[in-house]
Amino acid sequence: MAVETRTGRTVKHHDNTYNVIGTTPIRHDGVEKVTGEALYGSDINLPGQFHGKVLRSPHAHARILSIDTSRAEALDGVHAVITGQDIPEPADKIISGGEGDGNLLKYKTENILARAKTHYHGHPVAAVAAISPHIAGQAVKLIDVTYEVLPAVLEVREAMAPDAPIIIEDLLTELDDQVISETPSNIAEKMVYETGDVDQGFEESDLIVDREFSFGVVHQGYIETHNATAHWLKDGNIHVWCSSQGAFSIRSELANILDHPITKIHVTPMEIGGGFGGKTTSYLEPLAALLSRKSGRPVKMNMDRDEVLKATGPTPGGYVRVKLGVTNAGIVKAGYAELAFDAGGFPGSVVGAGCKCVFAPYNMPNAKVVGYDVVVNKPKTHAYRAPGATHAEFASETVVDEICRELGLDPVEFRLQNSAKEGDWQLDEPPYARIGHIECVEAARDSDHWQTPLEQVPGKLRGRGIASGFWFNVGLTSSAIARLNSDGSVTLLEGSTDIGGTRTSVAMQFAETLGISVDDVFPIVADTDSVGQTDVTGGSRVTFATGIAAHDAANDMKQQIIAGLADLWEMSEDAITHRDGTFLTDGKSLTVREAALLLTDEEIFPVGRATVTPERVGGAFTTHIADVEVDGETGKVEILRYTAVQDAGVAIYPPYVEGQIQGGVVQGIGWALNEDYVYDDKGLLRNSSLLDYRMPTALDVPNIETIIVEVPNPGHPYGVRGVGEVPIVPPPAAVANAIHDATGLRLRDLPMSPARVQAALTSQNGDQT
Amino acid sequence: MRELTGGQTKVEVPGDTVREVVDALDVRFPGLHDRLIEDDRLRSGLAVFIDGANSRRRLRAKVEPESELYFIESLGGGLTPTLEFKKA
Amino acid sequence: MATEILSGKVHVQTTINGESVDFLAEPRESLLEVLRDHLGLTGAKEGCNNGNCGACNVIMDGRLVNACCVLGVEAADSTIETIEGVASPEGLHPLQQSFLENAALQCGVCTPGFIVSAKALLETNPNPSEYEVRWWLAGNLCRCTGYDKIVKAVLQAAEEMRTEG
Repeated sequence: MAVETRTGRTVKHHDNTYNVIGTTPIRHDGVEKVTGEALYGSDINLPGQFHGKVLRSPHAHARILSIDTSRAEALDGVHAVITGQDIPEPADKIISGGEGDGNLLKYKTENILARAKTHYHGHPVAAVAAISPHIAGQAVKLIDVTYEVLPAVLEVREAMAPDAPIIIEDLLTELDDQVISETPSNIAEKMVYETGDVDQGFEESDLIVDREFSFGVVHQGYIETHNATAHWLKDGNIHVWCSSQGAFSIRSELANILDHPITKIHVTPMEIGGGFGGKTTSYLEPLAALLSRKSGRPVKMNMDRDEVLKATGPTPGGYVRVKLGVTNAGIVKAGYAELAFDAGGFPGSVVGAGCKCVFAPYNMPNAKVVGYDVVVNKPKTHAYRAPGATHAEFASETVVDEICRELGLDPVEFRLQNSAKEGDWQLDEPPYARIGHIECVEAARDSDHWQTPLEQVPGKLRGRGIASGFWFNVGLTSSAIARLNSDGSVTLLEGSTDIGGTRTSVAMQFAETLGISVDDVFPIVADTDSVGQTDVTGGSRVTFATGIAAHDAANDMKQQIIAGLADLWEMSEDAITHRDGTFLTDGKSLTVREAALLLTDEEIFPVGRATVTPERVGGAFTTHIADVEVDGETGKVEILRYTAVQDAGVAIYPPYVEGQIQGGVVQGIGWALNEDYVYDDKGLLRNSSLLDYRMPTALDVPNIETIIVEVPNPGHPYGVRGVGEVPIVPPPAAVANAIHDATGLRLRDLPMSPARVQAALTSQNGDQT
Repeated sequence: MRELTGGQTKVEVPGDTVREVVDALDVRFPGLHDRLIEDDRLRSGLAVFIDGANSRRRLRAKVEPESELYFIESLGGGLTPTLEFKKA
Repeated sequence: MATEILSGKVHVQTTINGESVDFLAEPRESLLEVLRDHLGLTGAKEGCNNGNCGACNVIMDGRLVNACCVLGVEAADSTIETIEGVASPEGLHPLQQSFLENAALQCGVCTPGFIVSAKALLETNPNPSEYEVRWWLAGNLCRCTGYDKIVKAVLQAAEEMRTEG
């Protein structure tokens, strides 16, 4: 039984053939997920558990003058109330979370539960444990908090102004680890990246286009809300069950935040209902643990959607300026960019990654990029699928389109001519290894979509746009432990939360390496006590890095089987070889199954293991084509056709690679056209529901056509490149370029909502380029 | 870091390990050692790439003749502008 | 049948997945809370708790409803079908099989809601067009797949069910 349909096609740039890789088995966790039996974080219930709820700040920016919890504590059924004073005083140290982002423990702790001030609407102020969620909800309303409301600042450029209200009173701006501001500022960090001579490059340019862009706040929008259940035992052991992208990250965050020994923290990853970068950090876990300690019972907490939107980490809003210089022949000479991103209520946005991505698809001899990480009265932002890249490349890819129009150049030819390739410059990174941007652009050019002219209908505004995207992908650390069972099957423990079929894509690499059927591998996502260190499921890294761990664990097992057979047969290990799942020596040949039976009968039980931190990760590239129709009256933009071409290195499990691409594209379309946080003039979020925060439905998008390009990644034994993140990058630019093609209007603010498009269409001063 | 190197971003220096390369750099550009190293470890948020590989052995890593080293910020953290060093 | 008892909880009798079920619920508790917290039927998921995401969809007296928008006490004397009742002891429902074969799920948390919704669609329209499938499923949000493979899975299951009669 196998997955039957591929919706797209593959363009291979290699001759490798495999037995398991590239096939389409039914995923190992599939049946329980279609029957409703799979257990997600909020699906477990412990005997005697209490339910926790959070009291959140009704103000965007306020000083907490007093908190009186006595009325809440007196309510029948309430067993514990905590405030910021119940969390240990945080040390001034950096802890790692998410996709390698450093964070001051102090800020992380204050974000989980406010101490002296609230920094955004929805900031946690206190939490309650009670016998039912309803009673806990009643109790939080009985907590009396006196606030001194302070002026709020929400827009990044306003927050950077010298007279802006200061959100963190001792925050000074740093550049390159040196303090550069004399007085407190909302600018936490300035960063400068430079290569070549940018002034000289602009002098050599015939055409310079310099544009500004702005962005609203966008949420990852995972369907499962945040949850956590914690049980603080009397001996100090803390057990946590949660839906996180990284059980080990949660364990280390808890150890730091609670100032508790890491060996006494045990995190069990439950199934996770989407994350996209937003579930790489803790929100409820420390609160549930503290409430459990105080109440003496397990405590289960579950956010509602309003809380998720108000107070978990969306992607930043912000400002980007891009200036690009080219010759008349269309050769890029210089690029300059400024990026200022919302960090939210505490420092630490993804602006650094955005800076490094802004010109990444192009070979850029001279470039300077300046970034600002800016604190505003909005929720602390966090990673969202290729964090920072979508903002940055929306700007640069629409400027590229504008240049092509201005110079009469074919946007495909421009990209082929200027594309980054192996050995080329990369801003603040070593030169590119083998990458597949050119191959993506070529496959887009040769696609049915690009080769079929867009049908124009009288009275309709229709247009086509193209854009490329780049994202780094990350490596980090992954572990796998494989046990050979007596029947030749393998139990494969891994630490990577399976957020979209990676149990199977990892098991396939194990099966390929050992030479067995993937149906004989039983992958298990293990808890933090049962498997080696494994970093978050993020950075498009699981099929890549945990795949390498599985590959190495399979080779380790293979070697142990050979050693065992050599022992039994009283011969040298060198005399035994392994090919296609068979162990061979003079006159003898054993399958893995036969070898397993033989070895386990002799009490030899091979356990393969590996912990890897890949040193060569390799970047991901993609090129997208969008056809749109713009409603001239309402400004609504409809996507008529969409094709995404992406270099997957080697696609382990093609339908799920397509699924990642299609999902990323639809998120990108939502970002392009609809999604936005709407704040009122007091800084209060006004659209914190899924009715008002409008994500695409099945009716809003067409089938997303996919073309998988395979340019093997030299950093992976099977050539895998992470595929999860980069597909979100090009949609806003591809759609904006298509809107320009349809209407002649350049839209440079996201989202390109009906109201914005309509205003641009009707405005006399519309920026017609 | 550019201000410490007088704007230079590519430098050739001797050394058999990353630690020795940094020491040699510090002789040429005083202060660079402390910018790159804290408590005898590569500063938090920094990474060293040797011939394209993000070295896990960092300061202990062996460097071959003609190796190219890049000291960069690791993704998402740190603030260090580009500096490329080429071993002589 | 619903009877209020002394604690303020209400005694409700109903039929869920073909079984007669009794439960006690506070009047303020939703059917979703009753299913998940009292009856252990956690296949219906909470994604929004206000009827916008479809993750908790169940079929109540033949109608597709958001379990978060129905009170538990309203379930009295009704017939409810949840995701747990879709497969039979003999095996998966064609929709469930088709979701697996078409790679129509990633994280899987919206999947029970989509399968229940699609089942309700195919019970009234066994031969839907792609547009009709997309229109019907517009009440279910999926953030992982971009919907394409879900739509194809429903169309394939519909075809199989028509063929099998």
